[in-house]
Amino acid sequence: MQIQQLSVFVENKPGRLAEITEALAEAGVDIRAISVADTSDFGILRVIVDKPKQAVETLKSHGMTVSLTNVIAVGFDDRPGCFASAVRLLADKGFDMEYMYAFISRDKGRAYVIIRVSQGEKAAETLKANGFFILEQSDLDAM
Amino acid sequence: MPNYFQPEVECASREELREIQSQRLREMVKRCYEKVPLYRKRFDEMGLKPEDIQTIDDLTKLPFTTKQDLRDTYPFGLVAVPRDDLARVHASSGTTGKQTVVAYTERDLDVWATSAARSIVACGGNHEDFVHVSYGYGLFTGGLGLHDGAQKMGATVIPVSSGNTNRQVQILQDYGSDILACTPSYAMYIGETVRDKGIDPKSLRLRIGIFGAEPWTEEMRREIEKALAIKAYDIYGLSEIAGPGVACECEEQNGMHVQEDFFYPEIIDPATGEQLPDGEEGELVFTCIGKEALPLIRYRTRDICSLTHEKCACGRTTVRMTKPKGRTDDMLIIRGINVFPSQIESVLLDLGMDPNYRMIVDRKNNLDTLEVQVEMNEGMFSDTVRNLERVERTIADALHSTLNIAAKITLVGPKTIERSEGKAKRVIDRRKMV
Repeated sequence: MQIQQLSVFVENKPGRLAEITEALAEAGVDIRAISVADTSDFGILRVIVDKPKQAVETLKSHGMTVSLTNVIAVGFDDRPGCFASAVRLLADKGFDMEYMYAFISRDKGRAYVIIRVSQGEKAAETLKANGFFILEQSDLDAM
Repeated sequence: MPNYFQPEVECASREELREIQSQRLREMVKRCYEKVPLYRKRFDEMGLKPEDIQTIDDLTKLPFTTKQDLRDTYPFGLVAVPRDDLARVHASSGTTGKQTVVAYTERDLDVWATSAARSIVACGGNHEDFVHVSYGYGLFTGGLGLHDGAQKMGATVIPVSSGNTNRQVQILQDYGSDILACTPSYAMYIGETVRDKGIDPKSLRLRIGIFGAEPWTEEMRREIEKALAIKAYDIYGLSEIAGPGVACECEEQNGMHVQEDFFYPEIIDPATGEQLPDGEEGELVFTCIGKEALPLIRYRTRDICSLTHEKCACGRTTVRMTKPKGRTDDMLIIRGINVFPSQIESVLLDLGMDPNYRMIVDRKNNLDTLEVQVEMNEGMFSDTVRNLERVERTIADALHSTLNIAAKITLVGPKTIERSEGKAKRVIDRRKMV
């Protein structure tokens, strides 16, 4: 029920981010969502793409350190309180949240949040059982 | 075909060796006194006569020779033969300070080639082998040293020299090299290239690696052995004495046999100059009893190691030296603590990481700082900042418990630290510029 996120090590040097995204562009990989976590000396680029396996191969052939991580993509109705109720649910059920980031898509009225939690598969099931819309890899590809 | 296992020397009894050494020392001291002004001056100042030196035990009466002496008499002031008798010159690879130049007669080159030949044979090489020499050729002794040794023992030399790593791998595959000789850091690089090309190292004919010219650790040995599917041996040499082959491991991989009929080793306390017994660590000192052109007396190598005279399981009786921890010139003093780059390498390999690192030493607010840059690899990577910071902390803690020094760890991208084709440059010391 989870989707695959690309996690890429980004050394803190000018131009590194450009090199990574250019490599993805060359391979015809379409980016759906993107986020960067940064510290003083390195960053981790997290990307959701339409062709994760191909993207990994491309980046590896460019000598980059990359891995695939399972994350949950949740779709929310665009109204106050909807996101809060999902976060409350996860908190009450004792899931630890590592990080999250949001993106919107072309279809109206819905926002998406990528969530990385401990026990991701179980968390996704819990959300779904409580009426939240969980995005599958095939939904992403069709977006 | 000549056999370069020479048991009459390599398996001789202590008495027989002492006999050879004492006789050669007597001749050498006499020649030094007669031909080298610096030695004559020193002997006279000490009231020492060549006749005072009768056996190898008299060695301790003799003065030391240092790298500075070679620099002071640059280029040929310590040479004991007429210029016309010189057959070749080499120069120290010295990355620090002024270059020193060393000279060899025809016979010296033969002594060196014999030492290198014995070394290759001790590592299990034979006359049917193709010896792939990836040490640099030129003034550096590595390339020509192994070249002459391999030729002497009747093997086939592939004089590739260093550089163009893709071609190195191509030659390993196509020519069927049996033995690879280069620096250990270059061997790692070649191993990485083999892996990147998707070549199974077991498919290579390569069987033996002979690596030297820079200090390396046991952990690094295991990495290289795995990466190239070979047995890796340590060879020791320095241009002032001869070049690679002064000492080399045998198939036991348990200390390097010194060619002590040519180069007599001692271990001294670097502070007092006093000779130390077997097993005690100190500075390695050589007396070139087998050489004509540059017969250095008690030359201080600045390498730190120990000796053992115990008979080796391979049958050789020659004295063995441990892997030098590093030259005293490689040693960094950071906040009063002695740090050898090889210790960092050892810590990283212990943690299962690749030994691709760089040390940056600086001084901020009158305090030395050490930053260690470590290359990221897939095994260490994670999608969370927390885990990567944990990796940094793990390395910092391990360094702290080994070296007792606080280091800032910086993770850098894969393949961003320059790979070396010769001696690796591991240290950037910015303190000197202040």
